[in-house]
Amino acid sequence: MEQLLFWLWGGIAVIFAVMMILKRNPVHSALCLVVVFVSLAPLYVLLGAEFLAAVQVIVYAGAIMVLFLFVIMLLNLDAEVRSQGLSRVAFKACSLAGTGLLLVLLLGGGAVKALRAMAPEQVSGVPGNTQAVAELLFTKYLLPFEVTSILLLAAIVGALVLAGKRD
Amino acid sequence: MVGTTQYLVLGAVLFCIGVAGVFIRRNAIVVFMCIELMLSAVNLTFIALSRSQGSIDGQIFVFFIMTVAAAEAAVGLAIILSLYRRRQTINVDEFDLLKW
Repeated sequence: MEQLLFWLWGGIAVIFAVMMILKRNPVHSALCLVVVFVSLAPLYVLLGAEFLAAVQVIVYAGAIMVLFLFVIMLLNLDAEVRSQGLSRVAFKACSLAGTGLLLVLLLGGGAVKALRAMAPEQVSGVPGNTQAVAELLFTKYLLPFEVTSILLLAAIVGALVLAGKRD
Repeated sequence: MVGTTQYLVLGAVLFCIGVAGVFIRRNAIVVFMCIELMLSAVNLTFIALSRSQGSIDGQIFVFFIMTVAAAEAAVGLAIILSLYRRRQTINVDEFDLLKW
């Protein structure tokens, strides 16, 4: 059952990610990315991270993608113009990304083996995941948490300064 | 029971799709969305490894990555907006001021 869910949602994520980079219309790309983000949430649940699954749907698929769609509609764009020699560039890019993937898989295999040796695979997810995350967030990681609020404030001010109306 | 390796491979595949997108797309917003995809792939890797290590710290990292991604999206889209106001385009080929 778990395998089935993994392949279902993982497959959807990969298919829509590929569609995202192939669609010429940016709105279609954005909608494909929403599907990718939503399909990652069940995978987080399978991994025992229910809280992050909820955050993924609310923040990523909800807030961030709505922001993207707003900006796309503000700019009123047409479909992307094909630049010259794109197929050559695309071929180069795909071969580069493919080589990178191969390299990551080869190197990652060794790293995973090393990690396995360090700690045995623990199956049981922590019950009450949200509670556990909150406890760690407000004790061990309290300072980074507070710094995050400053970061968000800086982002708000920065976005207003950069995109605000000039007289 | 799905092995950690499967999740790591899925994360790597998604990340590389994002890399390919950054290379082949010329629309600044789509390039930006590919970067978000890459961040998400890293999140998946973090959560998978957090489970395999039996520790919840990785999930806290993902929480912070999501916050940074939200801030980055806000600032990045603001930059793209002001670029569009100045140049009437967001084709990344047009922005070559720093190239020589």
